[in-house]
Amino acid sequence: MARKGSAVHGRGSMKHLLFRAAIVLAWVSSLLLVLVIGYLIFFLLLRGLPTLGTDLFFGDTPAWAALSGQMPVWEGIWPACVGTLALIFMSAGISIPLGISGGIYLAEYGRGKSKHLLTFFIDVLAGTPSILMGLLGFAAILFIRNVFGIQARTNLLLASLCLAFLVLPYIIKGTQMALEGVPDALRMTGFGLGMTRAQTIIHLLLPGAAKGIFSGIILALGRAAEDTAVILLTGVVANGGIPRGLSDKFEALPFHIYYLSAEYQNPQELSQAFGTALVLLCMTSLLFISAHFIHNQLEKRWK
Amino acid sequence: MQRFARETLFHGTTAVCALICAAIVVTIFAFLAYFSIPLLEDGRLISILSRSWRPFQGNFGILPMIAGSLCLSLSAMVLAYPLALGICFFAHGVGPRIPGKIILALVHFMTSIPTVVYGFVAVFLLIPTLRTTLIRGSGFSWLAASLTLAVLILPTIVLFIHTQFSLIEPRITQTTCALGMTTSQRLFAVTMPLSSRGLFAAAILGFGRAMGDTMIPLMLTGNAPLMPLSPLESLRTMTAHIALVVATDSQGAAYQSLFACGIILFLITFAINLGLRWLEKAARYTEGGV
Repeated sequence: MARKGSAVHGRGSMKHLLFRAAIVLAWVSSLLLVLVIGYLIFFLLLRGLPTLGTDLFFGDTPAWAALSGQMPVWEGIWPACVGTLALIFMSAGISIPLGISGGIYLAEYGRGKSKHLLTFFIDVLAGTPSILMGLLGFAAILFIRNVFGIQARTNLLLASLCLAFLVLPYIIKGTQMALEGVPDALRMTGFGLGMTRAQTIIHLLLPGAAKGIFSGIILALGRAAEDTAVILLTGVVANGGIPRGLSDKFEALPFHIYYLSAEYQNPQELSQAFGTALVLLCMTSLLFISAHFIHNQLEKRWK
Repeated sequence: MQRFARETLFHGTTAVCALICAAIVVTIFAFLAYFSIPLLEDGRLISILSRSWRPFQGNFGILPMIAGSLCLSLSAMVLAYPLALGICFFAHGVGPRIPGKIILALVHFMTSIPTVVYGFVAVFLLIPTLRTTLIRGSGFSWLAASLTLAVLILPTIVLFIHTQFSLIEPRITQTTCALGMTTSQRLFAVTMPLSSRGLFAAAILGFGRAMGDTMIPLMLTGNAPLMPLSPLESLRTMTAHIALVVATDSQGAAYQSLFACGIILFLITFAINLGLRWLEKAARYTEGGV
């Protein structure tokens, strides 16, 4: 009896130890996270802030001449900024209409098996590594060359298309969730007014879900801005200047960071890399913060 | 009548857009399969699955890359998972309320930090530290990549577990309090067992995220196509291999290895999704039972 008692006691203290360990783990991991991310941002600010200025963007070229496109920029990261902005806008132009309509279908029309299957495909697409999306673009070019014998090469349009495919599932999911979050009363109002399903969706549900859809889109844009693997396979170059057309090669901020981190020749180039990293981080975090701001407003509204 | 036509048109358009998404997945698979078919001829499959990658001697084995991807993702998972669990404990009652919220906000914010920025900072902070302490060589190693990758996949795991916990906690908090349980007793005895499938799914999700990442292994592992034997040595993942082969613009069998890597990655992603779906279904079934 005594032995049994002590065994129980032993197990109890084991459990007690486990609980203690969990509390220690919780505090240690949280502190560690704050330290790591804090140090990362501090380090970037320390090395990147001093480089911020017109020199970083335009090099020796006068800012106005560079902005108006009169003089090419050789030293600065301006061409990379233009490349990234072009990628963001073009992939947004492709993925937003597709994504919103796809989301509408899943939220309002899709039923049963077909909806189930489509959702599965969208999940697979969302989980597909970005390098495979780049490989899709690369393979498409190879395919065109092999089968049609056209001298195609990777370019800005192809990269935007692949990036659009990469962010498409985020926009679809965002739209679907926003629409499903709209109170059913609004749907009933539409039908009560004698509106058709399409009219209800366009005039009542979409405006009602606009903020949710919008915050989903902004998050997707951040993803398009930061992705490196896709453009690595679809036509990014280190020194291409500002792209002159859709079939041109292009520069981009994330690739510029990657390229300089491996191939920097002198301290100036290294500090430019830090500046670029800081610029890109500011860009993505601004997008992120605005998305969350919009999202929080939305939650308050439906409550 | 016109009204009806418009209605059908709208319905049809949305359906086509949703189908395009599925079509993209099928297209990726079709392209990868089309370019890997030559591998099935005259025993090339065996040579591709061999252990040595020596392009100049005609050896294009991708086995080291498969092993590299698996080892790196697993090690990153092993590093990140306990941390993620700890952070979720902290946010769900172990830590004070406000700091818990701040930690969650920080984890949310981490999702917006570009992958290439993590890699870049690691090249200039982590690599020099490793070089002076643990590793005698260049510092680019399995260890460096797995540490950075762990930070990268942390938000994915934390946010998933957090969602699971948030679904369960409101239902049990009052009962556990009434029973006089402490926070850690509640987490261990009630919350975690109830969300066991979610905890498992979080691990799979994190593993998939680690497997699919390109930039961290490309920037930090050193990319030597060798079997990964020690964390202090270099390795090469399938994702980095794809990026490197495309960058060097080589021809012939090297290209085939590229698509072989692609199709293996795709199949792994597909399997992960199937697994997650199965878990979700099983979870719904048990919840219906309760």
